[in-house]
Amino acid sequence: MINKFVASAEAALADVADGATIMIHGFGNAGMPAALIDALIAQGAKDLTIVNNNAGNADAGLAALIGARRVRKILCSFPRQADSWHFDRLYRAGELELELVPQGTLAERIRAAGAGIGAFFTPTAYGTRLAEGKETRRIGERDYVLEYPIHADYALIKADRADRWGNLTYRKSARNFGPIMAMAAKCTVVQVRETVELGAIDPEVVVTPGIFVHRVVRVAASMKKAA
Amino acid sequence: MKKLDRKQMAARVARDIPEGAYVNLGIGLPTLVADFLPKGREIILHSENGILGVGPKPAPGEEDEDLINAGKEPVTLLTGGSYFHHADSFGMIRGRHLDFAILGAFQVSVAGDLANWHTGAPDAIPAVGGAMDLAVGAKNVLVMMEHLTKNGESKIVERCTYPLTGARCVDRIYTDLAVIDVKADGLHVVETVDGLSFEELQRLTGVPLKRLATAA
Repeated sequence: MINKFVASAEAALADVADGATIMIHGFGNAGMPAALIDALIAQGAKDLTIVNNNAGNADAGLAALIGARRVRKILCSFPRQADSWHFDRLYRAGELELELVPQGTLAERIRAAGAGIGAFFTPTAYGTRLAEGKETRRIGERDYVLEYPIHADYALIKADRADRWGNLTYRKSARNFGPIMAMAAKCTVVQVRETVELGAIDPEVVVTPGIFVHRVVRVAASMKKAA
Repeated sequence: MKKLDRKQMAARVARDIPEGAYVNLGIGLPTLVADFLPKGREIILHSENGILGVGPKPAPGEEDEDLINAGKEPVTLLTGGSYFHHADSFGMIRGRHLDFAILGAFQVSVAGDLANWHTGAPDAIPAVGGAMDLAVGAKNVLVMMEHLTKNGESKIVERCTYPLTGARCVDRIYTDLAVIDVKADGLHVVETVDGLSFEELQRLTGVPLKRLATAA
Protein backbone atom coordinates (compact mmCIF):
# COMPACT_ATOMS: atom_id res chain seq x y z
CA MET A 1 0.00 0.00 0.00
CA ILE A 2 1.35 3.38 -0.92
CA ASN A 3 1.48 5.68 2.07
CA LYS A 4 3.47 8.92 1.76
CA PHE A 5 2.36 10.25 5.13
CA VAL A 6 5.30 10.72 7.50
CA ALA A 7 4.87 11.16 11.25
CA SER A 8 6.83 14.36 11.66
CA ALA A 9 8.71 17.09 9.82
CA GLU A 10 11.88 15.89 11.55
CA ALA A 11 11.43 12.36 10.19
CA ALA A 12 10.69 13.73 6.71
CA LEU A 13 14.01 15.60 6.57
CA ALA A 14 16.30 13.25 8.49
CA ASP A 15 18.37 12.31 5.42
CA VAL A 16 19.22 15.80 4.10
CA ALA A 17 23.00 15.88 3.57
CA ASP A 18 25.42 18.81 3.80
CA GLY A 19 25.75 20.56 0.45
CA ALA A 20 22.22 19.66 -0.71
CA THR A 21 20.27 21.87 -3.13
CA ILE A 22 16.86 22.62 -1.65
CA MET A 23 13.95 24.40 -3.30
CA ILE A 24 11.78 26.22 -0.79
CA HIS A 25 8.27 27.06 -1.93
CA GLY A 26 6.64 30.36 -1.16
CA PHE A 27 6.36 33.93 -2.31
CA GLY A 28 7.10 36.01 0.73
CA ASN A 29 5.24 34.16 3.46
CA ALA A 30 2.45 32.82 1.22
CA GLY A 31 3.17 29.12 0.80
CA MET A 32 6.35 29.14 2.86
CA PRO A 33 6.65 25.75 4.62
CA ALA A 34 7.62 27.12 8.03
CA ALA A 35 7.40 23.80 9.92
CA LEU A 36 9.66 22.06 7.39
CA ILE A 37 12.19 24.90 7.51
CA ASP A 38 12.22 24.77 11.31
CA ALA A 39 12.86 21.03 11.09
CA LEU A 40 15.67 21.62 8.60
CA ILE A 41 17.29 24.10 10.97
CA ALA A 42 17.05 21.56 13.81
CA GLN A 43 18.38 18.78 11.54
CA GLY A 44 21.64 20.64 11.05
CA ALA A 45 22.53 20.21 7.35
CA LYS A 46 24.86 22.99 6.16
CA ASP A 47 26.46 24.43 3.00
CA LEU A 48 23.03 24.37 1.43
CA THR A 49 22.07 25.87 -1.90
CA ILE A 50 18.59 27.36 -1.61
CA VAL A 51 16.17 28.17 -4.44
CA ASN A 52 13.37 30.59 -3.50
CA ASN A 53 11.91 33.74 -5.00
CA ASN A 54 13.16 35.81 -2.07
CA ALA A 55 15.86 35.59 0.56
CA GLY A 56 13.80 35.52 3.71
CA ASN A 57 11.72 38.02 5.65
CA ALA A 58 12.28 39.12 9.24
CA ASP A 59 13.56 36.39 11.58
CA ALA A 60 11.47 33.29 10.83
CA GLY A 61 11.49 30.57 8.18
CA LEU A 62 14.04 31.01 5.39
CA ALA A 63 15.44 34.11 7.11
CA ALA A 64 16.17 32.00 10.21
CA LEU A 65 17.89 29.32 8.10
CA ILE A 66 20.08 32.03 6.53
CA GLY A 67 20.67 33.66 9.91
CA ALA A 68 21.85 30.28 11.26
CA ARG A 69 24.59 30.34 8.54
CA ARG A 70 23.46 27.14 6.95
CA VAL A 71 23.15 28.50 3.44
CA ARG A 72 26.12 28.80 1.07
CA LYS A 73 24.28 30.05 -2.01
CA ILE A 74 20.85 31.41 -2.92
CA LEU A 75 19.19 31.46 -6.33
CA CYS A 76 16.38 34.01 -6.28
CA SER A 77 14.84 36.96 -8.10
CA PHE A 78 14.26 39.47 -5.32
CA PRO A 79 16.49 39.21 -2.25
CA ARG A 80 16.39 42.84 -1.15
CA GLN A 81 13.42 43.67 1.05
CA ALA A 82 12.81 46.01 3.94
CA ASP A 83 13.13 43.08 6.36
CA SER A 84 15.78 40.89 4.66
CA TRP A 85 18.43 41.81 7.23
CA HIS A 86 19.88 38.30 7.67
CA PHE A 87 20.52 37.99 3.95
CA ASP A 88 21.79 41.57 3.66
CA ARG A 89 24.32 41.13 6.46
CA LEU A 90 25.83 37.85 5.20
CA TYR A 91 25.77 38.93 1.55
CA ARG A 92 27.61 42.16 2.32
CA ALA A 93 30.11 40.17 4.43
CA GLY A 94 30.79 37.95 1.41
CA GLU A 95 29.59 34.85 3.24
CA LEU A 96 26.62 34.14 1.00
CA GLU A 97 26.69 33.68 -2.76
CA LEU A 98 23.80 35.09 -4.80
CA GLU A 99 22.67 34.02 -8.27
CA LEU A 100 20.10 36.64 -9.28
CA VAL A 101 17.58 35.25 -11.78
CA PRO A 102 14.64 37.13 -13.34
CA GLN A 103 11.45 35.78 -11.78
CA GLY A 104 10.00 34.26 -14.93
CA THR A 105 13.33 32.71 -15.85
CA LEU A 106 13.57 31.26 -12.33
CA ALA A 107 10.11 29.70 -12.71
CA GLU A 108 10.85 28.34 -16.19
CA ARG A 109 14.24 26.91 -15.17
CA ILE A 110 12.49 25.05 -12.34
CA ARG A 111 9.73 23.91 -14.68
CA ALA A 112 12.28 22.77 -17.28
CA ALA A 113 14.07 20.61 -14.70
CA GLY A 114 10.85 18.86 -13.80
CA ALA A 115 9.79 18.42 -17.41
CA GLY A 116 13.06 16.95 -18.69
CA ILE A 117 14.03 19.93 -20.84
CA GLY A 118 17.77 20.32 -21.44
CA ALA A 119 17.79 24.11 -21.88
CA PHE A 120 15.59 26.81 -23.40
CA PHE A 121 15.83 30.21 -25.07
CA THR A 122 14.00 33.10 -23.41
CA PRO A 123 13.75 36.74 -24.52
CA THR A 124 13.92 37.89 -20.90
CA ALA A 125 17.09 39.76 -19.89
CA TYR A 126 18.50 39.93 -23.43
CA GLY A 127 20.77 42.97 -23.65
CA THR A 128 21.03 43.33 -19.85
CA ARG A 129 23.79 42.55 -17.39
CA LEU A 130 21.91 39.45 -16.21
CA ALA A 131 22.57 37.91 -19.65
CA GLU A 132 26.28 38.75 -19.73
CA GLY A 133 28.40 35.74 -20.71
CA LYS A 134 25.36 33.70 -21.73
CA GLU A 135 24.78 32.18 -25.14
CA THR A 136 22.28 34.13 -27.25
CA ARG A 137 20.48 33.43 -30.48
CA ARG A 138 18.31 35.37 -32.89
CA ILE A 139 15.21 33.34 -33.72
CA GLY A 140 12.87 34.99 -36.20
CA GLU A 141 12.65 38.66 -35.28
CA ARG A 142 13.70 38.33 -31.65
CA ASP A 143 16.83 37.82 -29.59
CA TYR A 144 16.94 35.16 -26.91
CA VAL A 145 19.17 34.04 -24.04
CA LEU A 146 19.97 30.37 -23.38
CA GLU A 147 19.00 29.24 -19.89
CA TYR A 148 19.49 25.88 -18.15
CA PRO A 149 17.24 23.96 -15.75
CA ILE A 150 17.59 24.10 -11.97
CA HIS A 151 17.47 20.65 -10.41
CA ALA A 152 17.19 20.07 -6.67
CA ASP A 153 17.74 17.29 -4.16
CA TYR A 154 14.71 18.34 -2.13
CA ALA A 155 11.69 20.59 -2.54
CA LEU A 156 9.98 21.79 0.65
CA ILE A 157 6.39 22.75 -0.06
CA LYS A 158 3.35 23.97 1.84
CA ALA A 159 0.07 22.77 0.36
CA ASP A 160 -3.48 22.71 1.67
CA ARG A 161 -4.71 19.12 1.44
CA ALA A 162 -3.09 15.79 0.59
CA ASP A 163 -4.14 12.14 0.38
CA ARG A 164 -1.80 9.21 1.06
CA TRP A 165 -0.83 8.99 -2.62
CA GLY A 166 0.47 12.58 -2.38
CA ASN A 167 -2.16 14.29 -4.51
CA LEU A 168 -2.19 17.96 -3.51
CA THR A 169 -4.39 21.03 -3.52
CA TYR A 170 -3.18 24.51 -2.64
CA ARG A 171 -4.79 27.63 -1.24
CA LYS A 172 -5.14 30.90 -3.21
CA SER A 173 -1.89 32.66 -4.13
CA ALA A 174 0.04 30.28 -1.85
CA ARG A 175 0.15 27.94 -4.87
CA ASN A 176 2.93 30.03 -6.49
CA PHE A 177 6.04 27.83 -6.93
CA GLY A 178 4.60 24.61 -5.40
CA PRO A 179 3.52 22.72 -8.52
CA ILE A 180 6.78 23.33 -10.43
CA MET A 181 9.14 22.79 -7.48
CA ALA A 182 7.38 19.49 -6.72
CA MET A 183 8.34 18.35 -10.24
CA ALA A 184 11.96 19.53 -10.10
CA ALA A 185 13.29 17.78 -6.99
CA LYS A 186 14.45 14.20 -6.41
CA CYS A 187 12.58 14.21 -3.10
CA THR A 188 9.53 16.43 -2.60
CA VAL A 189 8.47 16.95 1.00
CA VAL A 190 5.12 18.61 1.66
CA GLN A 191 3.54 20.06 4.76
CA VAL A 192 -0.24 20.23 4.58
CA ARG A 193 -3.02 21.68 6.67
CA GLU A 194 -5.16 18.58 6.27
CA THR A 195 -4.70 14.97 5.25
CA VAL A 196 -7.70 13.22 3.72
CA GLU A 197 -8.83 9.76 2.61
CA LEU A 198 -7.92 8.61 -0.86
CA GLY A 199 -10.75 9.79 -3.11
CA ALA A 200 -11.70 12.74 -0.94
CA ILE A 201 -9.97 15.14 -3.32
CA ASP A 202 -11.97 15.51 -6.52
CA PRO A 203 -9.65 14.28 -9.33
CA GLU A 204 -10.69 17.36 -11.33
CA VAL A 205 -9.16 19.70 -8.76
CA VAL A 206 -5.89 17.90 -7.98
CA VAL A 207 -3.18 20.50 -8.73
CA THR A 208 -0.06 18.43 -8.07
CA PRO A 209 -0.53 14.72 -8.88
CA GLY A 210 1.02 12.36 -6.36
CA ILE A 211 3.73 11.15 -8.76
CA PHE A 212 5.65 14.35 -7.93
CA VAL A 213 5.35 13.95 -4.15
CA HIS A 214 7.38 11.70 -1.85
CA ARG A 215 6.68 12.65 1.77
CA VAL A 216 3.69 14.39 3.38
CA VAL A 217 3.51 15.80 6.89
CA ARG A 218 0.35 17.21 8.44
CA VAL A 219 0.97 20.41 10.35
CA ALA A 220 -1.90 21.77 12.42
CA ALA A 221 -2.88 25.26 11.34
CA SER A 222 -1.72 27.98 13.68
CA MET A 223 -4.34 29.70 15.81
CA LYS A 224 -4.20 32.97 13.93
CA LYS A 225 -7.39 34.57 12.71
CA ALA A 226 -9.59 32.64 15.11
CA ALA A 227 -12.30 35.29 14.80
CA MET B 1 2.63 75.08 -15.56
CA LYS B 2 0.73 72.61 -13.38
CA LYS B 3 2.66 69.40 -12.73
CA LEU B 4 0.51 66.35 -12.13
CA ASP B 5 0.70 64.83 -8.67
CA ARG B 6 0.98 61.06 -8.24
CA LYS B 7 -2.78 60.52 -8.15
CA GLN B 8 -3.34 62.67 -11.22
CA MET B 9 -0.67 60.70 -13.06
CA ALA B 10 -2.40 57.45 -12.08
CA ALA B 11 -5.75 58.81 -13.23
CA ARG B 12 -4.25 59.89 -16.55
CA VAL B 13 -2.84 56.41 -17.22
CA ALA B 14 -6.06 54.73 -16.10
CA ARG B 15 -8.07 56.70 -18.66
CA ASP B 16 -6.16 54.96 -21.48
CA ILE B 17 -6.85 51.37 -20.33
CA PRO B 18 -9.70 49.97 -22.42
CA GLU B 19 -12.54 47.62 -21.56
CA GLY B 20 -11.46 43.99 -21.47
CA ALA B 21 -7.73 44.65 -21.01
CA TYR B 22 -5.46 42.31 -19.06
CA VAL B 23 -3.07 44.51 -17.11
CA ASN B 24 -0.10 44.08 -14.78
CA LEU B 25 0.66 46.98 -12.46
CA GLY B 26 4.24 47.28 -11.22
CA ILE B 27 5.14 47.97 -7.61
CA GLY B 28 5.07 51.60 -6.44
CA LEU B 29 3.53 54.40 -8.50
CA PRO B 30 1.80 52.05 -11.02
CA THR B 31 -0.11 50.36 -8.20
CA LEU B 32 -2.08 53.60 -7.78
CA VAL B 33 -3.61 53.14 -11.25
CA ALA B 34 -5.93 50.47 -9.82
CA ASP B 35 -7.78 53.13 -7.80
CA PHE B 36 -8.58 55.18 -10.91
CA LEU B 37 -9.70 52.61 -13.47
CA PRO B 38 -12.96 53.91 -14.93
CA LYS B 39 -16.02 52.38 -13.29
CA GLY B 40 -18.03 50.37 -15.75
CA ARG B 41 -15.03 49.03 -17.64
CA GLU B 42 -14.16 45.40 -16.94
CA ILE B 43 -10.36 45.41 -16.64
CA ILE B 44 -8.57 42.35 -15.30
CA LEU B 45 -5.49 42.87 -13.15
CA HIS B 46 -2.75 40.24 -13.19
CA SER B 47 -0.33 39.65 -10.34
CA GLU B 48 2.95 37.83 -11.05
CA ASN B 49 2.61 35.53 -8.06
CA GLY B 50 -0.35 33.82 -9.71
CA ILE B 51 -3.59 35.81 -9.74
CA LEU B 52 -5.92 37.06 -12.48
CA GLY B 53 -8.72 39.29 -11.29
CA VAL B 54 -7.01 41.03 -8.39
CA GLY B 55 -9.56 42.99 -6.36
CA PRO B 56 -9.24 45.83 -3.87
CA LYS B 57 -7.56 45.75 -0.48
CA PRO B 58 -9.51 43.68 2.06
CA ALA B 59 -11.34 45.33 4.95
CA PRO B 60 -9.32 45.47 8.19
CA GLY B 61 -9.43 42.05 9.86
CA GLU B 62 -10.30 40.31 6.57
CA GLU B 63 -6.69 39.89 5.37
CA ASP B 64 -5.70 36.37 4.25
CA GLU B 65 -1.97 35.57 4.33
CA ASP B 66 -2.46 33.22 1.36
CA LEU B 67 -3.91 36.02 -0.80
CA ILE B 68 -1.31 38.67 -1.52
CA ASN B 69 -0.15 40.63 -4.57
CA ALA B 70 3.33 40.87 -6.09
CA GLY B 71 4.15 43.63 -3.59
CA LYS B 72 3.21 41.13 -0.84
CA GLU B 73 0.26 43.27 0.28
CA PRO B 74 -3.07 41.61 1.15
CA VAL B 75 -5.60 41.76 -1.70
CA THR B 76 -8.94 40.20 -2.63
CA LEU B 77 -10.08 38.21 -5.65
CA LEU B 78 -12.85 39.43 -7.95
CA THR B 79 -15.69 37.10 -8.87
CA GLY B 80 -14.38 35.26 -11.93
CA GLY B 81 -10.78 35.50 -10.82
CA SER B 82 -8.34 32.59 -10.82
CA TYR B 83 -5.14 31.27 -9.27
CA PHE B 84 -2.26 29.54 -11.08
CA HIS B 85 1.36 28.62 -10.54
CA HIS B 86 4.41 30.74 -11.30
CA ALA B 87 5.39 29.13 -14.61
CA ASP B 88 1.90 29.73 -15.98
CA SER B 89 1.91 33.25 -14.61
CA PHE B 90 5.13 34.12 -16.42
CA GLY B 91 3.92 32.24 -19.49
CA MET B 92 1.10 34.79 -19.57
CA ILE B 93 3.69 37.56 -19.39
CA ARG B 94 6.40 36.26 -21.70
CA GLY B 95 3.92 34.68 -24.09
CA ARG B 96 2.46 38.09 -24.99
CA HIS B 97 -0.94 37.48 -23.42
CA LEU B 98 -0.97 40.61 -21.24
CA ASP B 99 -2.23 43.74 -22.97
CA PHE B 100 -0.44 46.22 -20.72
CA ALA B 101 2.39 46.28 -18.23
CA ILE B 102 2.59 49.57 -16.36
CA LEU B 103 6.04 50.04 -14.84
CA GLY B 104 7.99 52.62 -12.90
CA ALA B 105 11.39 53.69 -14.21
CA PHE B 106 14.66 55.41 -13.32
CA GLN B 107 15.34 56.19 -16.98
CA VAL B 108 13.92 55.61 -20.46
CA SER B 109 16.04 56.17 -23.57
CA VAL B 110 14.94 57.67 -26.89
CA ALA B 111 15.06 54.13 -28.31
CA GLY B 112 12.68 52.87 -25.61
CA ASP B 113 15.32 51.16 -23.47
CA LEU B 114 14.10 50.81 -19.89
CA ALA B 115 16.15 51.04 -16.68
CA ASN B 116 14.13 50.37 -13.55
CA TRP B 117 15.73 47.62 -11.48
CA HIS B 118 19.18 48.76 -10.39
CA THR B 119 20.79 52.12 -9.69
CA GLY B 120 24.19 50.72 -10.63
CA ALA B 121 25.60 51.60 -7.20
CA PRO B 122 28.39 49.07 -6.53
CA ASP B 123 27.25 48.33 -2.97
CA ALA B 124 23.57 47.94 -3.85
CA ILE B 125 22.01 44.52 -3.31
CA PRO B 126 20.48 43.71 -6.69
CA ALA B 127 16.85 42.60 -6.97
CA VAL B 128 14.99 42.20 -10.26
CA GLY B 129 11.78 40.28 -9.63
CA GLY B 130 9.55 40.11 -12.71
CA ALA B 131 10.59 43.43 -14.24
CA MET B 132 12.64 41.96 -17.09
CA ASP B 133 9.88 39.50 -18.01
CA LEU B 134 7.24 42.24 -18.07
CA ALA B 135 9.49 44.48 -20.17
CA VAL B 136 9.88 41.92 -22.96
CA GLY B 137 6.53 40.21 -22.64
CA ALA B 138 3.60 42.62 -22.43
CA LYS B 139 1.99 43.74 -25.69
CA ASN B 140 2.25 47.36 -24.50
CA VAL B 141 4.78 48.56 -21.96
CA LEU B 142 3.74 51.84 -20.35
CA VAL B 143 6.15 53.70 -18.11
CA MET B 144 5.03 56.05 -15.32
CA MET B 145 7.64 58.30 -13.77
CA GLU B 146 8.42 61.85 -12.80
CA HIS B 147 9.86 63.71 -15.75
CA LEU B 148 12.89 65.07 -13.89
CA THR B 149 15.15 63.77 -11.13
CA LYS B 150 15.35 65.65 -7.85
CA ASN B 151 18.34 67.48 -9.36
CA GLY B 152 16.28 68.59 -12.34
CA GLU B 153 17.84 66.19 -14.85
CA SER B 154 15.63 64.56 -17.45
CA LYS B 155 14.83 60.89 -16.84
CA ILE B 156 14.26 60.59 -20.57
CA VAL B 157 17.79 60.23 -21.90
CA GLU B 158 19.80 59.58 -25.05
CA ARG B 159 21.25 56.39 -23.51
CA CYS B 160 20.43 54.90 -20.13
CA THR B 161 23.29 55.21 -17.65
CA TYR B 162 21.64 52.80 -15.22
CA PRO B 163 21.67 49.05 -15.99
CA LEU B 164 18.97 48.07 -18.48
CA THR B 165 15.84 46.13 -17.63
CA GLY B 166 15.02 45.66 -21.30
CA ALA B 167 16.11 47.05 -24.66
CA ARG B 168 13.68 48.88 -26.99
CA CYS B 169 10.65 47.76 -25.00
CA VAL B 170 8.82 50.93 -23.89
CA ASP B 171 5.80 52.02 -25.94
CA ARG B 172 4.58 55.08 -24.04
CA ILE B 173 5.84 57.30 -21.22
CA TYR B 174 3.52 59.08 -18.76
CA THR B 175 5.22 61.72 -16.66
CA ASP B 176 4.06 64.56 -14.42
CA LEU B 177 4.63 66.87 -17.41
CA ALA B 178 3.66 64.99 -20.55
CA VAL B 179 2.55 61.88 -22.38
CA ILE B 180 5.12 60.72 -24.92
CA ASP B 181 4.99 57.88 -27.44
CA VAL B 182 8.16 55.96 -28.26
CA LYS B 183 8.26 55.20 -31.96
CA ALA B 184 10.85 53.90 -34.40
CA ASP B 185 11.61 57.44 -35.54
CA GLY B 186 11.84 58.94 -32.07
CA LEU B 187 9.76 60.43 -29.25
CA HIS B 188 6.37 61.93 -30.10
CA VAL B 189 4.72 64.25 -27.59
CA VAL B 190 1.05 63.31 -27.29
CA GLU B 191 0.13 65.96 -24.73
CA THR B 192 1.62 68.31 -22.16
CA VAL B 193 0.18 69.56 -18.86
CA ASP B 194 -1.70 72.87 -18.76
CA GLY B 195 0.61 75.82 -19.15
CA LEU B 196 3.59 73.86 -20.48
CA SER B 197 4.57 74.61 -24.06
CA PHE B 198 6.21 72.10 -26.36
CA GLU B 199 9.28 74.33 -26.46
CA GLU B 200 9.60 74.40 -22.67
CA LEU B 201 9.13 70.61 -22.47
CA GLN B 202 11.83 70.22 -25.13
CA ARG B 203 14.17 72.45 -23.12
CA LEU B 204 13.59 70.43 -19.91
CA THR B 205 13.92 67.07 -21.64
CA GLY B 206 17.15 67.60 -23.53
CA VAL B 207 16.73 64.80 -26.06
CA PRO B 208 14.92 65.58 -29.33
CA LEU B 209 11.11 65.45 -29.18
CA LYS B 210 8.66 65.50 -32.06
CA ARG B 211 5.42 67.39 -31.99
CA LEU B 212 2.29 65.39 -32.77
CA ALA B 213 -0.06 67.32 -35.01
CA THR B 214 -2.67 67.25 -32.24
CA ALA B 215 -0.33 68.26 -29.38
CA ALA B 216 -0.81 71.59 -27.69
